[in-house]
Amino acid sequence: MKPIETDIIIVGAGPCGLFTVFEAGLLKLKCHLIDYLPQAGGQLTEIYPKKPIYDIPGFPEILAGELVENLMKQIAPFKPGFTLGERCETISKTEDGKFKVVTNRGTEHIAPVVAIAGGLGCFEPRKPPIANLSDFEDKGVEYIIKDPEFYRNKKVVVAGGGDSALDWSIFLTNVASEVSLIHRRTEFRGAPDSVEKVMELASNKKINLITNSEVIGLSGNGHLKGVEIKHQTDGIISKEADHFVPLFGLSPKLGPIADWGLNINKNSIEVNTFDYSTNIEGIYAIGDINTYPGKLKLILCGFHEATLMCQSAFKRIYPDKNFVLKYTTVNGIQGF
Amino acid sequence: MSLINVTIIDREGVEHKIEAPTDINMNVMELCKANDLPVEGTCGGMAMCASCHCYIESSHDIFSRSDAEEDMLDQAFFVEQNSRLGCQIKLADDLEGLTLRLAPESN
Repeated sequence: MKPIETDIIIVGAGPCGLFTVFEAGLLKLKCHLIDYLPQAGGQLTEIYPKKPIYDIPGFPEILAGELVENLMKQIAPFKPGFTLGERCETISKTEDGKFKVVTNRGTEHIAPVVAIAGGLGCFEPRKPPIANLSDFEDKGVEYIIKDPEFYRNKKVVVAGGGDSALDWSIFLTNVASEVSLIHRRTEFRGAPDSVEKVMELASNKKINLITNSEVIGLSGNGHLKGVEIKHQTDGIISKEADHFVPLFGLSPKLGPIADWGLNINKNSIEVNTFDYSTNIEGIYAIGDINTYPGKLKLILCGFHEATLMCQSAFKRIYPDKNFVLKYTTVNGIQGF
Repeated sequence: MSLINVTIIDREGVEHKIEAPTDINMNVMELCKANDLPVEGTCGGMAMCASCHCYIESSHDIFSRSDAEEDMLDQAFFVEQNSRLGCQIKLADDLEGLTLRLAPESN
């Protein structure tokens, strides 16, 4: 497939990444956004679309989801491209000094400027703090169930108390030889129907429900053979297991960007507040993912950073052109 | 300005004695950040990340957790009977003498 070529590759399609398209568009720069999530909006769409936000200038109150909708409307004249559901993996320089960003699915993007607006990073499974957990990854420990058939006639231990732990425990009773569900307390936060179903399967001995407990140890020789479970009052329970599936939701991780050669400080990218440039010329970092003295992780600060960054990006792309700041009140919006 | 005394024990076991304002709608997560204690507060205080997970070590009976907080603690690790999310504890005058310990960081 032909690489996607644009003026600015924006890593992350949250509010800050989206607004970058607008400010770049005013300078006639084209943008293409890449995000691991399947839709635009970042945290606002994924985590709290129904939460009101009170500190967007000019909006006394706006729902996070509405803010994203408005931003999409605002940038529509500038026809941004999107690569969604794919994670940026590698960055390299092309022969003519541009950047090439390649995703986990091999989609190639080429541009003279990269703006990292990655927010908190990519959402990845939360891993329980079990000392030898990594020894058994893909050798009996899986964080995501891709194909239930994989568990046919196996002994499976699922841990967690949310919908995915409940739903998969229910489903796996159809294929696995034994299903155990381990949870920290006796109440479950999943959908009431799922909770009821799990209780019913537990009373029919189809699910081995172990509450007030957590998995604290794994054993095996090359492949998982058993788990150790700590019960709050009954002490340690040992259990044979072919598979252990901890389902504790997702948490944001910086991900492959951490290996792009950027100066990283406490999971954030260090930038120069003159133009939010990183230590690599042509790569900028804006919004929650960057850090500098006095940094505030606010959407409105991200908008400001995006605006200044675009000025610098323009000068980098067109070093010989004199730039004139255009006020939208005078000229309106001229799209592409 | 109304102040209470709060002790926060960091992950190295060091005690930090802090005067905390009770009249500016501040929570424990924000207090930690304001005092440069290693609390990320990733989600901004919405009980959605557990990076402000702590243990209540004084005798204050503040264990009525909201569903959102319980749900988040279900996804956290090192959870004990006295676990709370700092962002869900609003600093108030009746918390005078509050002592809490930061929970270990988890991945």
